Amino acid sequence: MTWALDHLDQIFTLAGQHAWLAGLPLLIGLVISVPLGWLATRKAWLRTGLLTVTGLLYTIPSLALFILLPPLLGTKVLDPANVIIAMSIYTIALLTRTVADGLSAVDTSTRQAAVAMGYSTFGRFRAVDLPLAIPVVAAGLRVAAVSNVSIVSVASLIGISQLGYFLTDGYARSFPTEVWVGIVACLLLALVFDLVIQLLARVLTPWTRVAA
Amino acid sequence: MIRFEGVTKKYGDGSGGESIAVNNFSLEAPTGRITVLVGPSGCGKTTTLRMVNRMIDPTSGVITIDDRNTADLPLAELRRGIGYVIQHAGLFPHRTVLDNVTTVPRLLGTDKKTARLRAMELIERVGLDPDLAKRYPAQLSGGQQQRVGVARALAADPPVMLMDEPFSAVDPVVREQLQNEFLRLQSELGKTILFVTHDIDEAVKLGDQVAVLRVGGTLAQLATPAQLLADPVDDFVAGFVGRDRGYRALQFAEAPELELTNEPTVTIGTSASEVRAVGQPWVLCVGDDGEPMGWVRAGAVSGEVTRDLLQRGGTVASTAGSLRALLDAALSSPSGRGVVADADGRFAGTIRASEVVPVIEARQQSVAEREDAAASALQGEATPA
Repeated sequence: MTWALDHLDQIFTLAGQHAWLAGLPLLIGLVISVPLGWLATRKAWLRTGLLTVTGLLYTIPSLALFILLPPLLGTKVLDPANVIIAMSIYTIALLTRTVADGLSAVDTSTRQAAVAMGYSTFGRFRAVDLPLAIPVVAAGLRVAAVSNVSIVSVASLIGISQLGYFLTDGYARSFPTEVWVGIVACLLLALVFDLVIQLLARVLTPWTRVAA
Repeated sequence: MIRFEGVTKKYGDGSGGESIAVNNFSLEAPTGRITVLVGPSGCGKTTTLRMVNRMIDPTSGVITIDDRNTADLPLAELRRGIGYVIQHAGLFPHRTVLDNVTTVPRLLGTDKKTARLRAMELIERVGLDPDLAKRYPAQLSGGQQQRVGVARALAADPPVMLMDEPFSAVDPVVREQLQNEFLRLQSELGKTILFVTHDIDEAVKLGDQVAVLRVGGTLAQLATPAQLLADPVDDFVAGFVGRDRGYRALQFAEAPELELTNEPTVTIGTSASEVRAVGQPWVLCVGDDGEPMGWVRAGAVSGEVTRDLLQRGGTVASTAGSLRALLDAALSSPSGRGVVADADGRFAGTIRASEVVPVIEARQQSVAEREDAAASALQGEATPA
């Protein structure tokens, strides 16, 4: 406990970096998954293809991705962009299916009414299907957030600073307290992400809270 | 006017074969009238309806609205000009009632304020409390949702309305309310309506004309409800139209002015001795405004007439009603004397079934004579001079 209090500055700095490395990819991944998920709802073969490919992305080991990306992208090994891109890929892997499922879960009669009222394909997506998919997408986003917070810590193995540093450093120094601080900080950060996403979803979907 | 000319819809079954949903279908739905498409499941009635706003494209044939070929109109323009109401209303769960109703006007570019003013008018017009405007669909009953569905379809004042079993998913009492209000609304608005149902009673009640479809998507008979009940074209239609046709057809026969029998009446609180003084086993009880309330069995009254003693099984016919209502009033009355009320709902007199039946027979006679006259007139024309 004393160690944690003595190192509060460092904890907050690393937590900030961790949040950045895990959070920005959530936004990037969401922005890319929404059109991908929408494409997956258009045709059965697109759905099979897209969901298989994005699903497979998640199976690439994170360490491998952190090491392989620099030569592929021409970035420096210590460039945080590698982590951002890798985490975005994982987010896309998790979210594309969720977005597709959310969009296809819109009630048939609601969708038919929208078509019959003369919405264009894009208009219907924007005004009807997407807002109605928010609760499902938010659930997927929460999973992705927790997953990102956890995977980002691996990046300390290649020297990118974030909360994972406490794990590697604590292990190297055989100092369990530091490892525990790292774990708790990661948990708390994941919890914050989860709460923020839940809160946003709540604000965006007032209709889900009315008494039926 | 909506016109179908030789419209066919075929679906491939995936293995090179095909099934026919609608087969060489031709029909005219006249302007300002309700045309009902009715038939068993698999008769292609919904497919037929959806081809009008091109949710489904016909395989062949032409559908025109006011002589404009629907196939030549831009999709969005076509659909925004047609009101569409479906079984479960299909409201947008994420929008308030008000925003649901303003959907099409907003798509057409009407500014928000104007659209909302008009929507509020419509919400009241379909019989909804204006306070519901701010609610979400999940907060409404099925009947209320369906009213919102109708208001939403009417919002851009489209000349044409397509209605696909709009009242099927609500309970019978609410259904009847919705049907009656729909007829009232239509008498004010005069839309050209194509209405799909599987319920022949609903078809006969709502339709200015009824098209009976058979499985395979062909038109079995197109007729007014009265014609349909009186003269089904074949066994299929006769079977579909169902039992009690003779009786049900009487609802389209206006009651002529009949001599009603006056009747001594009592009110709640009338004493037993006064009730017995009437000298009848059944005595009619009326309310403060002279409205019939029910029959009282004289022998059952001890003390005075109370509400519990009222026998309410008898229906009340209106002087401006149909022969069916008159006959039903007589048949359902425990006294055998059918209660008739005037236009204001006040008791006007009673009538017996034996007095209604001769009127029905005389009417049949005159219908037969008229048809004979029409037939011989046709023959006269056909014979060369």
